[in-house]
Amino acid sequence: MMLMLLIFLAGELRFALHEEPKTTDPLMMADESAEAIRYLTEGVLIRINRLTQKPEPELATSWKISKDSTKITFQLRENVTSDEVVKTFRRLLDPALHSPIADTFKTEKGTVKVSAQGPSTVIAEFPSPTASLEIMFDQVAIGSGLGPFLVAERKPGVSIILKRNPAYWKKPLPLIDTIRIDIEQNRDLELLRFKRGEIQLIDKLTPDLFERVPEAIDAGPTLDSEFLWFNQAQRAPIPEYTKEWFRSTAFRRAVSQGIQRADLCRVVYRGHATPALGPVAPSNKLWFKQGLTPEVFDPAAAAKLLASDGFRLEKGTLRDRSGHSVEFSIVTNSGSKTRERMAAMIQEDLGKLGIKVNIVTLDFPSLIERMTRTLNYEACLLGFVNVDPDPSELMNILLSSASNHPWNPSEKTPETAWEAEIDRLMLAQAATADYPTRKKNFDRVQEILREQEPVIYLLHPNSLSAVSKQVIGVKPTTFFPHTYWDAEHLTVKP
Amino acid sequence: MICTKMIRRIAICFLIVVALTALLPMRYEHQFRDSPNAGPSRQFLLGTDDLGRDRLSRLIYGTRVSLLLATSAAILSCLAAAALGGLAGSGIADKLILGAADLFLSLPWLFLLLMVRAFLPLNVSPLISVTITFLMLGLLGWATPAKVVRAAVRKLNASDFMLQARATGSSRLLSKHLIPNVMPILWAQLWITIPAYVLAETTLGMLGLGVMEPLPSWGNLLRELEGGGIANHPWLFAPVLLLAAVIGSFQVIFEREDYSV
Repeated sequence: MMLMLLIFLAGELRFALHEEPKTTDPLMMADESAEAIRYLTEGVLIRINRLTQKPEPELATSWKISKDSTKITFQLRENVTSDEVVKTFRRLLDPALHSPIADTFKTEKGTVKVSAQGPSTVIAEFPSPTASLEIMFDQVAIGSGLGPFLVAERKPGVSIILKRNPAYWKKPLPLIDTIRIDIEQNRDLELLRFKRGEIQLIDKLTPDLFERVPEAIDAGPTLDSEFLWFNQAQRAPIPEYTKEWFRSTAFRRAVSQGIQRADLCRVVYRGHATPALGPVAPSNKLWFKQGLTPEVFDPAAAAKLLASDGFRLEKGTLRDRSGHSVEFSIVTNSGSKTRERMAAMIQEDLGKLGIKVNIVTLDFPSLIERMTRTLNYEACLLGFVNVDPDPSELMNILLSSASNHPWNPSEKTPETAWEAEIDRLMLAQAATADYPTRKKNFDRVQEILREQEPVIYLLHPNSLSAVSKQVIGVKPTTFFPHTYWDAEHLTVKP
Repeated sequence: MICTKMIRRIAICFLIVVALTALLPMRYEHQFRDSPNAGPSRQFLLGTDDLGRDRLSRLIYGTRVSLLLATSAAILSCLAAAALGGLAGSGIADKLILGAADLFLSLPWLFLLLMVRAFLPLNVSPLISVTITFLMLGLLGWATPAKVVRAAVRKLNASDFMLQARATGSSRLLSKHLIPNVMPILWAQLWITIPAYVLAETTLGMLGLGVMEPLPSWGNLLRELEGGGIANHPWLFAPVLLLAAVIGSFQVIFEREDYSV
């Protein structure tokens, strides 16, 4: 009866994405917009419940993990065949595709093998014991159009209309008929439209707008992080002497010590963020390495560290051994006021060390082009959206061979001993289901990242969102997507 | 008539005051991190921004940046327009220059600026970056004034006094007859172009692609208005008022021809 009433209420859900999805290929999606579309339109074998953090059956009705954690057997629903699943994995793991999701399925002994056992049974075999096998399958879209919604209309740069999928297996869901997703880069305009009732959800509210929305919700610390890194790639077309600074651990650590993280949280995030110690947020109780010393803002210690590495301060300007003045640019995406403000604060903080920082905001495609292809940048300020608390989620960032390895992408062999150690530990933690062993390996990874600081982790923002009273059933979480993770259950009051 | 003259004088005085005030030394970049988003007070007459920077200091320094660079870009445009429009009006490479002017007028300059911005070396100081942007504006904006200059030169070349000067064998046609008669047109073009470039910078600033931090400009100061909230913070409106007053003043300071019959 209640369900019937909700179906009666079903209407159009409207919200905005800040970027046009970069690709429509569900196996290649790496940006947040594309992931949102994938989440709403594609089916996966297992879905992680964003609220409980527990795996739930989706296209697989059940699954069984072998005792040695090397094999997972899925029983499939009627609407999906084992051939479809096998075909999907064959494509995903094809090295020619360069899928960022495929990195998750790599271990030190090789990659996963997926085979069909009859029409409704699929077996995924890992070359070695692998932890949290089932969680990995949350990201792999099987076949096409098996999710709760279908893309009905797409106007590039304007909007994407999703319609309920009549063939969706969870009958009679979804409750809403359509989802209208507008592409709205400007967050202030997004807020204005929310206030006017043109959109009903803001999945990620910026901290400066939080106080202006009575319906705003702070769901607590996320696993996401905002960070800064220096370009250490050998082939980067930047002066050799700057590469030398960036490859110096002392330089990176001094920069890290020279940044007031607490101010970034208090001033830019208005208290809705926590200073970061590494890639893992302290709220991730299971995997956070306890005992990591927080980075204390200490310009004197930073100056000492720089002096130990041959840098010297001359008339307020820091110079390296060869006399070059230390000056570099930080690129970030235009349109993100939060990052622009963070960059401005970092600029002032590092100015006190005699380092001159230039801030460059670039439109996102130009930024990605520089980060991944031309490598023509010096330092970059960006964020990472972390969906899964498991360390395997970080494989496509921390493995030196990964294309998303920020400071030196797609290394053929690890260029430093500590990167080789991270590779070994990450692959080792992924190759066992034994929690203490995994924790020990991953703790060491966190220690190395803290010692070497190839990425200067700045803060972990809280999950801020806004939900109109028109939308019924929203349960905001700290994981992406924060508000529409169970879109099929939502209804909209007329 | 007296009223118009009075308005013009007030506008000129206002622009002089603005220009002189803009030259005051200001600490526009200092972050008072304990007072972000503060309202107007004795210490901060227009309050502080999100990072605790004094809004008044930023407005004054931003005025310097916007006015100085817009004026420089306008002078560059007008000089190019004078040279090319003069050549075209005299019949030298007329078709080529007109074709180039049409091409420049049809260019989507905003996208061109975005593209140039993406190709710029990253490690340049904000001042150099904004100078390059205005240089681009200046180089792109010659077409319209050049067409006006060309038309004026053609008209002057066909005029009776030029014919007489040529007939008497005057050797100073250009310096004595042509340039003095084209100058008022160039001045008018300059006064029209300056506010156009100020607004162009404002547009780029609103898109977050204008003057880089920590340098202020009218464009990035106006970005604060994007989120609304003016009802509770009316002092945020100060850059808009100043921009409107300056643009308005530029529009009234030069004498317009009275074409009424």
